[in-house]
Amino acid sequence: MKRFALAGNPNCGKTTLFNSLTGSTAHVGNWPGVTVERKEGTYKRLEEPVSIIDLPGIYSLSPYTNEEVISRNYILDEHPDVVINIVDATNLERNLYLTTQLLEINVPVIVALNMMDVLEKANASVDEKILEEKLGVPVVKVSALKEDNLDELMKKAYEVSKSPREGRTIISNKDLLHLIGDVSIAFKGKKVENPLFHSIKLVENDEVEVKDHSDLLEMVNEFKKTFKDDTFGEDFEALIADNRYHYIADNFANAVKKPEVEENEAKAVKMSKSDKIDKVLTHRVFGLLIFAAILFIVFHLTFSENLFFLGGLFSEVAPSFEGTIYEGLFWTDGGINSPGVILFNFFDMSFGAIIDAIRGALESAPAWLSGFLCDGVLTGLFAILGFLPQILVLFLFFAIMEDTGYMARVAFILDRMFRKFGLSGRAFIPMIMGFGCSVPAMINTRTLADDKERTATIRVIPFFSCGAKLPILTAIAGGIAMAFGFHHVDLITYSMYVVGVIVAIIAVLLMRNTTLKGDPAPFIMELPEYHWPQFKALMIHLWDKAKHFVKKAFTIILASTIVVWFLSSFGWNWHMVDSMSDSILGSLGQLIQPIFTPLGFGSQLGAFGWVFAVAAITGLIAKENVIATFFMLAAVFVSSSNPEIVEIVNSLIEAGEATEEGIDEAFIMIAGTGISWQGCISFIAFNMLTIPCFAACATAKAELPKGQFKWTLLFWLAASYIGSACIYSILSCFTRDTSRLAWAIPVTCGILLAAAAVVVFIVLRNKRNAKKEANA
Amino acid sequence: MLKRLDEFKIGETGLIKKVEGEGRLRRRLFDMGVTPGATVYLRKKAPLGDPYEITIRGYELTLRKSEACLVILEVEDK
Repeated sequence: MKRFALAGNPNCGKTTLFNSLTGSTAHVGNWPGVTVERKEGTYKRLEEPVSIIDLPGIYSLSPYTNEEVISRNYILDEHPDVVINIVDATNLERNLYLTTQLLEINVPVIVALNMMDVLEKANASVDEKILEEKLGVPVVKVSALKEDNLDELMKKAYEVSKSPREGRTIISNKDLLHLIGDVSIAFKGKKVENPLFHSIKLVENDEVEVKDHSDLLEMVNEFKKTFKDDTFGEDFEALIADNRYHYIADNFANAVKKPEVEENEAKAVKMSKSDKIDKVLTHRVFGLLIFAAILFIVFHLTFSENLFFLGGLFSEVAPSFEGTIYEGLFWTDGGINSPGVILFNFFDMSFGAIIDAIRGALESAPAWLSGFLCDGVLTGLFAILGFLPQILVLFLFFAIMEDTGYMARVAFILDRMFRKFGLSGRAFIPMIMGFGCSVPAMINTRTLADDKERTATIRVIPFFSCGAKLPILTAIAGGIAMAFGFHHVDLITYSMYVVGVIVAIIAVLLMRNTTLKGDPAPFIMELPEYHWPQFKALMIHLWDKAKHFVKKAFTIILASTIVVWFLSSFGWNWHMVDSMSDSILGSLGQLIQPIFTPLGFGSQLGAFGWVFAVAAITGLIAKENVIATFFMLAAVFVSSSNPEIVEIVNSLIEAGEATEEGIDEAFIMIAGTGISWQGCISFIAFNMLTIPCFAACATAKAELPKGQFKWTLLFWLAASYIGSACIYSILSCFTRDTSRLAWAIPVTCGILLAAAAVVVFIVLRNKRNAKKEANA
Repeated sequence: MLKRLDEFKIGETGLIKKVEGEGRLRRRLFDMGVTPGATVYLRKKAPLGDPYEITIRGYELTLRKSEACLVILEVEDK
């Protein structure tokens, strides 16, 4: 099958074109660096199917970051049949700079002038004939988004692929050409492919080239000595870049036609629109505040059970729907539900009804069958599926921020702050992607140029609580709200997210000052124009997310919950047990339970306290497992005939806190084990900070520099254990229980002292080092 | 008059004369269009005074003060 590679500047619409051509649903966004891996798809509307390869965006063929190396190597080494060079027609000058380099390679090239719809909207036009004539390759106007002219592009690309093309350069400086010619003879002598391309790069002093062909370097330097440009001296890098840009300016200034009279007007309108938005969102004072506020509103709309804190105003007038199926859907004691919570409740209630119906139908069936289906399979599965709508609502907001171009602005706003922590603002983007899923976030760190910065970023990405950890947050926060009467689930969730971010900051600060020392990498990034989010792109993104989530629920999580159900229902003698504590899982759980005592969910809990330990460990496979296990164990817990539990459940029903059908699983666990709210928070923190799921670990191993993975695992373990122990201890100072205060206060003081000592140590050492450097 | 980009005020325009620095950083600046002969317009500075946002070759680029000081430009005398 023929292979057509898509190459072009970042954010010029390669992935949009790829999706349109292949019917794929690859992720697109409005910031440079969305695609960091090559992706393949098939285009079927030609006489034979062809393979389309989407490459990461590049500004030039001299790679700067890791994902750019992928593109260069693919084009040079894998010999695609055609390179389709996508050029953003609204920004010809910089885009054609890459084109001039692609033309130097011996490969058929075709230029796709993208974003023609945007250009035409501004009443401008491009004369593709001028481009075609000068560049010597076919040029086709397209709109990847509107899917205009794509078949024409592919037809021409197919034509072009039939005959080979010799690389040629647009460099016109005679002396320079002479030098390049001599070097390329040497390359030809070495039988290197693409001699023209390699010789230009070697003359440019390109890092990769110098390393690969160090034997020719001496010769090139000899040649260079005989050569001196009037303006650039011996600065060949600048000279060649200047040659390229001059060529573009000289030849294509006339290719773009904007209506003369309206030109200034159109420009003024466009400028002021993006400027007006920017004036507010990147304001010197309010920029950071607005960002914090936007994040809070996003979480509020997703998790709040008291929308905009209006609960008190409407508690008298709002219909309670008591006794109807709508009870508790839109409205709880706390106030109006947010869209996220309404969706969650809707799913939760439907699933509850399904389970009850099945349980009823199986009343006469053997106990193990009903137990297996209802407790083992459905409870865990539904526990996870129930959170899907809330996760999607959260992702929708993030996707909007990404698609409009705001995300890139946030990197711009935060760079100064991030630099204080030893990272560049660019590192913010993979971090915030971590709120979605750690796996793509870790892969996206390829856009960071510095290896140490990458390692530090990958290590803290799991602290940005991902979608799979969200159920842990919401379920336990919901349980806390019920059990301890604190009715602001969104506040608990929001502050847990903030705790994750704070731990990430502390960890980065420590790493960048000790094991991963180094200056922050430069921050040179394109800022995309704002545009309205594309409905189609948003939906594709959400659909992808939902598909992935449901698939995972029905495979890994379903399998794990069945195993956990079995282990918790059967004893070592392979008979069903009456009390979960006698089960295989129970005895194993009790064995590890003491480890978690300093974290608040270990030995101090009652006979069933080990469920927390077990839930945390199943989370190593997939984080959804924590809550799936938790809920499943709660279901086993309730349906077991253990007199203690029957008593607890009955007392809850009597107190009106639970009904026989709608018992909140997290609540049961909290009430049943007697865990304190500090222990609950510590449990959430532990799961947020500990070793991430299996998939994220595999990604980290692949993305981290060699030998760093084992230290990273250790780092995660230490961070979660120490982090949640500190949180538990500090929070325990806010209790009325004097026996806990007796240890909590001294330990907290110890933690604060130790933290202060570390800070003083690092500050002193940095000062001393700075002095040493100054002296040197 | 010659001026470094980090000395620019918001709204100032200049013509690049020289790009200092070395290695990958300089190369990156060239690839992004920051080359002698290009016109730069300083659009704004981030909330904490750094990084900068400039318009160059028809698009918006952000770079830090520490990178901006490598760029020497010719500005018109007032």
